[in-house]
Amino acid sequence: MASNSRNESSGNAQLAIIGAGLAAAAGTAAFLLAKRTGSGGVPVENVSDAPRHVWRRGTDRYEADIVGNTVLIGKPAQELYEQWRDFAKFPTFMDNVEQVDVLDGKRSRWTIKAPAGTSVELITTITDDQPGEIIAWKSEPDSEIKTDGKVEFIPAAPGRGTMVRLTMHYDPPAGIFGKGVAKLLQREPNIQARRDLKRFKSLMETGEVATNASPSGRKSETPTEARI
Amino acid sequence: MRALTWHGRHDVRVETVPDPEIVNPRDAILRVTSTAICGSDLHLYDGYIPTLRVGDVLGHEFMGEVVETGPKSSLHKGQRVVVPFTISCGDCFFCKKQQFSACDNSNPAETFDASRLLMGHPMGAAFGYAHLTGGYAGGQAEYVRVPYSDVGPIVVPDHLEDDQVLFLSDILPTGWMGAENAEIEEGDTIAVWGCGPVGLFAIQSALIMGAHRVIAIDHYPHRLELAKRLGAEILDYREVDVREALDEMTGGIGPDACIDCVGMESHGLTIDNIADTLKAHTFLGTERPHALRQMILACRKGGRLSIPGVYGGFADKFPLGQLMEKGLSVKSGQTHVQKYTKPLLDLIEQGKIDTTFLISHHAPLEQAAEMYAHWHDDQDEYTKIVLKTDMATPKQDQKEQQHELA
Repeated sequence: MASNSRNESSGNAQLAIIGAGLAAAAGTAAFLLAKRTGSGGVPVENVSDAPRHVWRRGTDRYEADIVGNTVLIGKPAQELYEQWRDFAKFPTFMDNVEQVDVLDGKRSRWTIKAPAGTSVELITTITDDQPGEIIAWKSEPDSEIKTDGKVEFIPAAPGRGTMVRLTMHYDPPAGIFGKGVAKLLQREPNIQARRDLKRFKSLMETGEVATNASPSGRKSETPTEARI
Repeated sequence: MRALTWHGRHDVRVETVPDPEIVNPRDAILRVTSTAICGSDLHLYDGYIPTLRVGDVLGHEFMGEVVETGPKSSLHKGQRVVVPFTISCGDCFFCKKQQFSACDNSNPAETFDASRLLMGHPMGAAFGYAHLTGGYAGGQAEYVRVPYSDVGPIVVPDHLEDDQVLFLSDILPTGWMGAENAEIEEGDTIAVWGCGPVGLFAIQSALIMGAHRVIAIDHYPHRLELAKRLGAEILDYREVDVREALDEMTGGIGPDACIDCVGMESHGLTIDNIADTLKAHTFLGTERPHALRQMILACRKGGRLSIPGVYGGFADKFPLGQLMEKGLSVKSGQTHVQKYTKPLLDLIEQGKIDTTFLISHHAPLEQAAEMYAHWHDDQDEYTKIVLKTDMATPKQDQKEQQHELA
């Protein structure tokens, strides 16, 4: 009798496990379906209030080849705008920009480091310019790299300064392969954008760009060069 | 210059490296006079901290004389200064909130991604402590470059000896902040795990802040004796069950606050710690939080945990439910050194804090490698080692003597 009831209960347990497995599978399927459509099977609009460059693939607002980064800087928007608007000073905080020549009020020539010691030039035109708020630019049609981007100066909470958001579209020099190489050499636009903004913040808040340049026992390094 | 460099697990060497130079306007160069070996240097020595590179100059507790200044430094040549181990800009959101160790500018663009990935946000920088925290050369050297020299270093008066003020760089403020984070109230019993330098300063600080009793836990007799001399009651965990003892000493409720001055390399032959040690040695994990686990169970309901002890990553078998059900609050973090240097210097000058009692050995910088081995292997006898750059090296003297004799 006792052994019989054990068998019964173990059989019940097996059924319960199978049942739970089926329920889990059904739940997963329902979840995946619900992700794509509303509960009534009608497609729903995505709702997040996040900037465009963080949207997942497959959502309404996803865009390929867009990179972006936002950094909080404890300075007024106008001051940050003015520093950024002085394009010729890009090389002080942009690691991959060798030189910027301002051609006229709207156009400038950027010389940019590319993988394997090469460099590329492009001419950009300002497409939007609102002091203290936004600067947007676009490469001219015959440039080696096609890019457009904007930097926005968004007021943070009172007393906290400004959120500076850099967003760029880019067309990597040699397609997907070039993107991979760039990533390996840490010139991948996303990493580059994050580091450039970090240097910009450092320069604006402290008056200098932080560097770990200091002595080491490694013969290949000098005490005045930053080390990675 | 001569400097102590890291070459691998249990392999540090004093070698000749280039002198530092002024790189940024706010920099200063110091000629180091005294530099100490810290308990957290042992985590580097034991190879538990990732992103350390062969050739890195170690050392984050140091002081010395200003020999060169950048155009925007507020220091002057010849001034004697103690330098906080945390490198902080003084201008960012965090520095303005006096959360100096969270500085958002000091960890450079070249290195900040690593800790950003590991911690969720980039860590502030520190001297001589791996590339996660910026990769700046440390002060176990004859000279050191000090960034943001207008906000970090504190000028010390000439009548105070190096030994009296050196620990303003790290362990004194760290012990002090450890006690402050315990939010001590009148009548409180504070339990301190670990009687190393930070633990000893936490004990001293807790008593200054008005703790009714301090109970100190360790297993090195000499370190426990130092704790007792400060006024703590002591527990050797090899002699007693710590939790049972703490309960019995507090009428069953447990200590009001517990301070973890042990960190990631807990000692003790318990099942959890043996498992953690095995994993740490096979690179399956970094933490050996035995002391912290014990603290959570020992602390009274609604009590406070303060964690100045260093941890580096993920911990297993963490009693999270116990933390929640007991309603404990936790305060932790690398020390906001710049916040504490001035008030603590005042207490030293007034004779209210003794900073020299724990120093067991002085040695020349040239013998630093040997001293690391002692610091690692002879922890009962070596309670704090201070390296001096102007001290004669006995070995060399002997060699010279032999030479003369020959």
